[in-house]
Amino acid sequence: MARLTAMVRYLMTRLAMAIPTLFVIVTITFFGMRAAPGGPFDQEQTLPPEILSNLQTAYGLGLPVWTQYLRYLDSVAHGDFGPSFKYKDFTVSELIVQGLPVTLTLGATAILVALVVGISIGVLAAVHQHSMLDHAAISLAVLGVAIPSFVVLPALALLFGIHLHWLPVAGWEPGQPKFLIMPVVALALPPLAYIARLTRGSMLEVLHSPFIRTARAKGLPLRTVIVRHALRPALVPVASFLGSAVAAIMTGSLVVESIAGLPGIGRYLVQGAVNRDYTLVLGMVIIYSALLIFMGLLIDIVYAWLDPRIRAS
Amino acid sequence: MQDATARFFANRIAVAALAVALGIVLLSIVGPWFNPNRPDTLDWLHVAARPGTPNAHWFGTDRLGRDLFVRTLEGTRVSLAVGLLASTVSVLIGVGYGAIAGYIGGRTDLIMMRIIEILSGLPLIFFVIFVTVIVGRSVYVLFACIGAVAWLTMARIVRGQTLSIRQQEFVEAAVACGATPSRIILRHVVPNLLGTVVVYATLSVPQIILLESFLSFLGLGIQVPSASLGSLVADGAGELQAAPWILLVPGSFLAVLLLCLNLCGDGLRDALDVREG
Repeated sequence: MARLTAMVRYLMTRLAMAIPTLFVIVTITFFGMRAAPGGPFDQEQTLPPEILSNLQTAYGLGLPVWTQYLRYLDSVAHGDFGPSFKYKDFTVSELIVQGLPVTLTLGATAILVALVVGISIGVLAAVHQHSMLDHAAISLAVLGVAIPSFVVLPALALLFGIHLHWLPVAGWEPGQPKFLIMPVVALALPPLAYIARLTRGSMLEVLHSPFIRTARAKGLPLRTVIVRHALRPALVPVASFLGSAVAAIMTGSLVVESIAGLPGIGRYLVQGAVNRDYTLVLGMVIIYSALLIFMGLLIDIVYAWLDPRIRAS
Repeated sequence: MQDATARFFANRIAVAALAVALGIVLLSIVGPWFNPNRPDTLDWLHVAARPGTPNAHWFGTDRLGRDLFVRTLEGTRVSLAVGLLASTVSVLIGVGYGAIAGYIGGRTDLIMMRIIEILSGLPLIFFVIFVTVIVGRSVYVLFACIGAVAWLTMARIVRGQTLSIRQQEFVEAAVACGATPSRIILRHVVPNLLGTVVVYATLSVPQIILLESFLSFLGLGIQVPSASLGSLVADGAGELQAAPWILLVPGSFLAVLLLCLNLCGDGLRDALDVREG
């Protein structure tokens, strides 16, 4: 019980630290964007000066940068990310509300698939070491790590979409999971391969340790030994890889969304930065950082559950 | 060292991968000499032509009638150059940083490693996207960004190795002889790191090529009319339905190259017996 309260206290501290972290990130992004050459209203055709100044007044860009910064912080604190400069009829919050569910569904499914399939393959390969299955698993691990998702996804689309007509080539309709299958596979493959490799390696190590031999000697069936005893210690390296896996899936979803034509928020980050859409980029940065911090917390909890030594300290 | 070479060449997969990788490198250099087409010539009579159409378009042409064979080889050269240069930069920074942190130890080590920890916690691709957008898109910015991202792993590994080397007798002997820390790091620590560094440098080349093609795919890396494998794949992704070879040619070059480089790195790791992590 004492341990649990310690864990809760630790997590609360981490949560409390998230706010200053976000604050620093927002500040750096805000001033970085303003320091960059160019502005949101640069176009091929230069606007007449009166219109430009009217636009700048309307968006508050005429004010001193510090005032703008304070006004922005104030509105974010009230949950308002401001209007988008390029998507004229939308506020950044509206764009996020529209796109975030798609991005989250894609990312969460990809992580789940990578974990479940990767761990299963790794365990099976370790249990049947040197079998055909093991060799197949190792080949998959090498291939999956090497081949980028923006090659895998078009190749899948070509095969299953254009030639076999099993799945839609690209696009999105709400509530239709078939549009997500290929993007999820492409996105999950690299971390899946790495997780399979990590699990296989650590499982082999754990299976040769004395406490497993004891459990086997007691006459427990292999299945029970693996599920009840070997799996938890074997998953520690996987848990420490999870942070990078989440980051990889987040960045991967930037390209996967664009290839598959999914209306997520990935496209706004790059486009917003290129367009100098200040509020949109800031909103994206806040959302992505908050997601990362949240995932970091989640991973810490999993880690503590897997490895009692970490819980103690 | 001879043992390691023998072990590497006994590993058939690694040797085959090395041969294929070298073959691709060689092809990307000499290949264009054998094809009459130039990478930036537009052949309006053969736009998005199938592989094997006349005018020596062995791999077909893209949407603007540019020869895919020559263009893919050019892209391969660019990707390889970025990979090699950026990984050299990251090795130099990473080894220097890691060896200093590991050798000096104490609070310096603590602070230096804390910095690495913070940096690797951030999804650095966002940082790279951000910098390329703010500073502008140029090859130098690309190099600097990728190099700045890639040294972190190297530094962490080198530091770990340095910590164990530092405790060995020959370092103690060097200290007793009055050698300065910088001399010990350069003459005694770094040479002993060589195996580890070679392995991770080899493994970092495909990672950097991947990162670069990712950025080029997003339109933030190599700019037209130059091409890298990533930007070629991006071009092809839009033509998937009508002309899949525009994607498949550079895509398979990229996939095979990355695969072979990874296999070489794995083979080297096994041969030099370098522990992961």
